Amino acid sequence: MDSAPASVADERDIATAAPTSTSTPPAVSSASSVSSPRQPPAWSYSNPPTSGVAPGEIPAFMHAPSPEAPGQEEEQRLKIVIVGHVDHGKSTLIGRLFFDTNSLPEGKVESIQKACDAEGMEFEYAFLLDALLEEQAQNITIDTTQIQFRTERRNYVIIDAPGHKEFLKNMITGAASADAAILLIDANEGVQEQSRRHGYLLSLLGIKQVLVAVNKMDLVNFSQEVFNNLVSEYTAFLKPLGVEPIHFIPISAKHGHNIIRPSASQAWYQGPSILGALDSINQPPSREGLPLRFILQDVYRFDERRLLAGRIETGKLRVGDEIVLWPNRKRSRVKSIEAWGADVPPTEATAGQSVAIQMTEQIFAERGQIATHGGEPMVESREFEANIFWLHDEPLRQGQPYELRLSTQQVEARITRISRVIDSASLESTAAERTQVAKNEAATVTVRTRRPLAFDNADVITETGRFVLLQNNRIGGGGIIHGETYAAVNAPETASDNISWTEGEVTAEARWEHFGHRGAVLWLTGLSGSGKSTLSVALESALFRKGISAFILDGDNLRHGLCNNLGFSREDRTENIRRAAEAARLLAEAGTVVIVALISPYRAERAKAAGIADNAGIPFAEVFINAPLAACEERDPKSLYKRARSGEIKGFTGIDSPYEAPEKPVLELRTDLHTKEECLGQLLELALKLSNPATRFRQEDSDPGANI
Amino acid sequence: MTHLDRLESQAIYIFREAFHAFKKPAMPWSMGKDSNVLIWLASKAFGGRVPFPVLHVDTTYEFPEMLEFRDWATKRYNLNLVVKINEEARGRGVGYETHDPVTVTHELKTAALQQAMAEHGWDALITGIRRDEDSTRAKERYFSPRNAEFEWDYKDQPPEFWNQFTTTIKPGEHVRVQPLLDWTEVDIWMYIKREGIPIPRLYFSRNGFRYRSMGCWPITKAVESDAVTIDEIIHELRHTKTSERAGRAQDHHERNAMQKLRAKGFM
Repeated sequence: MDSAPASVADERDIATAAPTSTSTPPAVSSASSVSSPRQPPAWSYSNPPTSGVAPGEIPAFMHAPSPEAPGQEEEQRLKIVIVGHVDHGKSTLIGRLFFDTNSLPEGKVESIQKACDAEGMEFEYAFLLDALLEEQAQNITIDTTQIQFRTERRNYVIIDAPGHKEFLKNMITGAASADAAILLIDANEGVQEQSRRHGYLLSLLGIKQVLVAVNKMDLVNFSQEVFNNLVSEYTAFLKPLGVEPIHFIPISAKHGHNIIRPSASQAWYQGPSILGALDSINQPPSREGLPLRFILQDVYRFDERRLLAGRIETGKLRVGDEIVLWPNRKRSRVKSIEAWGADVPPTEATAGQSVAIQMTEQIFAERGQIATHGGEPMVESREFEANIFWLHDEPLRQGQPYELRLSTQQVEARITRISRVIDSASLESTAAERTQVAKNEAATVTVRTRRPLAFDNADVITETGRFVLLQNNRIGGGGIIHGETYAAVNAPETASDNISWTEGEVTAEARWEHFGHRGAVLWLTGLSGSGKSTLSVALESALFRKGISAFILDGDNLRHGLCNNLGFSREDRTENIRRAAEAARLLAEAGTVVIVALISPYRAERAKAAGIADNAGIPFAEVFINAPLAACEERDPKSLYKRARSGEIKGFTGIDSPYEAPEKPVLELRTDLHTKEECLGQLLELALKLSNPATRFRQEDSDPGANI
Repeated sequence: MTHLDRLESQAIYIFREAFHAFKKPAMPWSMGKDSNVLIWLASKAFGGRVPFPVLHVDTTYEFPEMLEFRDWATKRYNLNLVVKINEEARGRGVGYETHDPVTVTHELKTAALQQAMAEHGWDALITGIRRDEDSTRAKERYFSPRNAEFEWDYKDQPPEFWNQFTTTIKPGEHVRVQPLLDWTEVDIWMYIKREGIPIPRLYFSRNGFRYRSMGCWPITKAVESDAVTIDEIIHELRHTKTSERAGRAQDHHERNAMQKLRAKGFM
């Protein structure tokens, strides 16, 4: 509970952040409490109120309801990105499109002419977008540009993307927000490296609506054969990517063929011009019908109200809805949806809206959480597979810590496995495992995060199925989670309200460096008398002599304090192990190699203990201290077997309570067959391996991420 | 959702991301139409309060009506207003009477802004620039880092996609946060009309002229117009071929004047 006040302090108190000169906040739904002048001065303008209230009753500066009937405003503006290899004519196509549709402002043609004269070249349409001096001098596009454009059917945002390989980050910046793409190929040069790479990236970014324009047809005498060959070559390339172009269009951007009207020189082509094809592209489907995903950006405290501010990425949210906050799965109900300036508070909000909501109960809420409806769970995991692309000069390295951001979640993550690196230009993948992904490469990787992450399969909900990785505080690359293999989980909620996780400033890496090793848990399981205590004592001092911080959590010792309210029922034993596992985890996080010596007879309980360490990124090894019951009974150091046999102790493991031997222990030590020194040697070797940050440790082969 | 709803939602999203990411954000406010839309959107994002200081860089060549509007709107929105004049440059005699507009704009706007940043230690500036205003602004990011010298490294901008932004900076640097980047001039007007946002009178026709973009009076030209309502302005904009900033002399002083101004820290 003591973490609750801290979490409240983290909330931004808007009321105190605002200037304190007046105590009257601007009204939310009524203008009557505004203390400012009721009428705007003559030099200020505000449109007359239209809601049937007589002018003068509403101060003119107050919000007035929309004077426009719904539907009069345009719907979504379609965003089209123009991609393709360098010099294949992307900027020229855009310039031409604007010129031919009479969309250029007055004087623009003259200023472009002036710039062209200064550079000593003939009229260059590309200068419309290539506005930077460096771009004009080198006649290349460095950064992405957006420019708006109208046809009779609708408005477009045209996004120009650079074709140089070195500006791929800018191409992605432009393309990632597009609804559809025009991919340009030079008829004379044919399919080039970036034609393929951009095609691949479009598929990775999930842009399915693609037009392919074959440009510079004038340079190949408008040859149908050249065109047809390009169509077959490129179709074959795109097919395995799941990209099926809507149209292939032969054009000449420079000379205006097939831009807004058919080309007389290409009578053999019956399809639409660029303009006609653009108008045939479909609006992206509405996100309202999908499950609710409300991502929290912040929690604001206004007066007595506590508001959860964020955006509804998909689905719908209504007042009265019960919602679940991921990842810690607290439930509460929506009390109200706040809207500044609205006459009547809204009762529902839908996909795309930025809102602030109040909950009925004061549950713990913070930035990064995602609200869903009860029956529409997210995936919650610390490990997942993703397709990534990397844009930073520094390669993405396996095992290194990176900041991962998914919606507003922020967590430390590592790549634990690079299973496939794809040359995005040839689509060839390297079979051999790699330890890094270089700039402009794409790869399939396994990502492991320090804390559980809530996400979706990008095929179902794109918005919460993709993430970025940061390198030196800049976005270094992006990843898409195709989570077919991850079943959505519905684990129980955490037991208490108002708890949060306080992150310290000392990172695990800093501790490793400080101590010269990392924390780990060696879990010694076995019958009473099998040698757990003896070996753990020996191991602890051996490690200590090597300068490694080591500590024993002994079952008997725990029962004297932390667990002294527990008996030996199945239930109590479960709790005993949970406490031991949590204590071990904390000590290991602090940097210690923890040796747990506990009978821990049940497989399921040991698996949970492993999970607790694992969830915190602590290396964990199950060690089976094995000696036959007869041998243990013969040793009987604490005379417990004797007392159990006599019936004095009930529920004694091995006598009248079962022991489930480990199925796949990392290490099994037969203490009846080997000497104490031999066993200790093996145990020490394992402990050193486990506590060395440089070694990649695997609990088992299917768990490649166990090293973090 | 309509197009305006989307623009509004994205702007609010950006405001909230910026407010979370930066310790000391501030918002330049010219009292122009875009600036007032920003104030309105900030109010929506934060429940009716603008939770950071608002900066007016006073060039001393302001239209009197704009200053009156400033004082009225400061009370109306309960703003924490900071006014900054580059007294040092004025003292040296920098002014439109004696200097070229690029120099004066740099001294009285950009340098004044730098001085205010240094005095207050702001780490983010929320600006009202839009892509359709100028072809270098078209290449901007929502979150655009600037170095300690205020320079815009337009040749190597960080990637920005999926609503993930550059939010970490080194000491002395700052980030320009630009919530209106996707808006057009017509969008601004349609939104002002829809929401009933107060703006200065100067944008509306008087005696056959109106101002389309506001700046310092010696270098800001009115355009011929009879538009006295927002609908008339929108109609006019849909049929004009003149660019919005045609009346702003500093933009057209030389080739790529805006790029040069902006590379040095101009909005």
